[in-house]
Amino acid sequence: MALRPMTMIEALNQALALELERDERVVLLGQDIGLNGGVFRVTDQLQRRFGERRVFDTPLAESAIIGTSVGMAVYGLRPIAEIQFAGFLFLCMSQLVTQAARMRFRSGGAFSCPLVVRSPYGGGVRTPELHSDSLEGVFLQTPGLKVVIPSNPYDAKGLLAAAVADPDPVLFLENIKLYRSFRQETPEEYYTVPLGKAKTVQAGEDVSLFAYGAMVPVALEAAQQAQRELGISVEVIDLRTVWPLDEEAIVSSVEKTGRAVVVHEAPRAGGIGAEVTAIINEHCLYSLLKPVARVTGYDTPYPVPGVEDYYLPTPAKVLAALRQVMEP
Amino acid sequence: MAIHQIDPGLVPFQILDPEGNLVGEMPALSPERLLYFYRMMRLARAFSDRIIALQRQGRATTFGSLTGQEAATVGLAAPLQPQDWLATSYREIASLIVKGVPLSTLVYSFRGYTPPNWPAETRCLPYQIVIGTQIPHAVGLAMAAKIVGDPVVAVGVCGDGATSEGDFNEALNFAGVFRAPVVIIVQNNGWAISVPRHRQSAAPTLAARGIGFGVPSALVDGNDILAVYETVRQAVERARAGDGPTLIELLTYRLGSHTTADDANRYRDPAEVEAWRARDPIARLQKFLRRRDLLSEEQDEEIGASVLAEIDAAVREAEAMPPMAPDSFFDYVSASLPPRLQEQRAELLRFVTPSQQPGERH
Repeated sequence: MALRPMTMIEALNQALALELERDERVVLLGQDIGLNGGVFRVTDQLQRRFGERRVFDTPLAESAIIGTSVGMAVYGLRPIAEIQFAGFLFLCMSQLVTQAARMRFRSGGAFSCPLVVRSPYGGGVRTPELHSDSLEGVFLQTPGLKVVIPSNPYDAKGLLAAAVADPDPVLFLENIKLYRSFRQETPEEYYTVPLGKAKTVQAGEDVSLFAYGAMVPVALEAAQQAQRELGISVEVIDLRTVWPLDEEAIVSSVEKTGRAVVVHEAPRAGGIGAEVTAIINEHCLYSLLKPVARVTGYDTPYPVPGVEDYYLPTPAKVLAALRQVMEP
Repeated sequence: MAIHQIDPGLVPFQILDPEGNLVGEMPALSPERLLYFYRMMRLARAFSDRIIALQRQGRATTFGSLTGQEAATVGLAAPLQPQDWLATSYREIASLIVKGVPLSTLVYSFRGYTPPNWPAETRCLPYQIVIGTQIPHAVGLAMAAKIVGDPVVAVGVCGDGATSEGDFNEALNFAGVFRAPVVIIVQNNGWAISVPRHRQSAAPTLAARGIGFGVPSALVDGNDILAVYETVRQAVERARAGDGPTLIELLTYRLGSHTTADDANRYRDPAEVEAWRARDPIARLQKFLRRRDLLSEEQDEEIGASVLAEIDAAVREAEAMPPMAPDSFFDYVSASLPPRLQEQRAELLRFVTPSQQPGERH
């Protein structure tokens, strides 16, 4: 395959272009995704290339974006809807949670809703209120909806392709800070990265460190510090699909290490970390040497830009948690 | 009368034409009041320019330009009394200033902090970031005033994009059904980021939305401060008299980009912007005042200098205020902090170095 260094923005843009090329049924809709190319430029040039019939701006109405996407998906199209910031998902919760995610269920399998909802999320970039929130935990109790969060350009492109191919609705959350933070050799061609599969980013023996999105680089940095300062070998696992979780990957790693730390920037209570911890309790209790630790955003609203850095997990906070689970 | 019981029509209500000529009935406004309007419009523009400059220097966070909408935002707040409520978006900062929110409080918020001294007594809700969500609040404030029997009016303001949201339409419906003493104002500035007005609604006017909800409405030249003032004054009076809600569409234009994070040149024809520059709301009132000998060149310069001095002082004051403490975002989660959050707060403080505490950090 021909490789080219790409940012996550470029990789996502290319993934969307490939979908539009491959499949006439694919349409893109959202706010400012047309001529403006999306506020982060993920859809740059796509309207010009594929026309307004397939790539179009909607009125400013999140609930109608998702609601009409449900209709289009049932009709047989493959809509890829953009909600401009994940904080605005609250405005379309009913359509997403009670309608898109339940179409198969309530029709007894007569209809399905193969819809992808893309939305930028995540903090550390000094945005106004509700432009930095991490909402993935909210969707743990939305049966029927998958939630995918890539941490790098390669995965972003392949996971988005897999999300479009999936027969059910997928919420695809893109971390704003990772959009342009680094380039990675990424194939120009079409490929998929399977949904529901975690990835071991760094193998290790002493402790399992679970992360996703922008917390993967934070976890890796903490793991390297732990190697240097504590002399421990940390296994870093990128969850990639946060719902449903890759139980097998979680269980096999913790059975090996006996210790675990989960990192995410979303609030702590009832979040992905809580669910990972429950899986570990259910399957690996007798392998566990210490209680599982969580390093997360706090159970407050996402703070204003002036203090947001204090809210987010840092390598120092993760290192402290690694130290804690390594105590004899 | 600008307010129509049924069809607001297609011709915007106007008192001053773009050249500053009086083309309608002059409202009862003293020369001092007219000069106050003019000064507040100059202040609004200079404030917007200053915050954008501070943002470029890394001294402020994302900011949405106010330029071009000064007649609408000053004019809509001017008829309100102290007991009236105001719920706005981020585009109506000038309305908040007119209603009494101190400049320094606003500058502090644009530094990226929560002001410790939001003036609740001004009855302004903090400017709303999420689109259209403040309109049900305005209707609810008005319903409360009616339930209690207070002679209080609420004003809710949003942009043209917000009229596409469910909240806007649901709130307008409530306003009509409960005959709430509310004025719902749409600042139609032509653009919702990159999406032009004609892509928000197939209807020729947004004011006509009132017909379907049984709410009287008005279509107004939003760059004519006299027309804005007079229409909102009448609507507020109607509401206070128990005659129910009014929907007002103000036709104006966003001369700047959506925010400091946006570049309008990507999607907007410069010729359109130039055409609207010729309809500048500040120049319009200036011409009128000059022609009537209510504003000398000297006075005009003094006003320019005094608004800059006022803004300088506000920026100095806001920048002298200490940054928020690192753990301050635990303060207002709820009236009292649950034990679990107290633990989390203590956990955070273990990672805060003394130099990051307020007073020592800059």
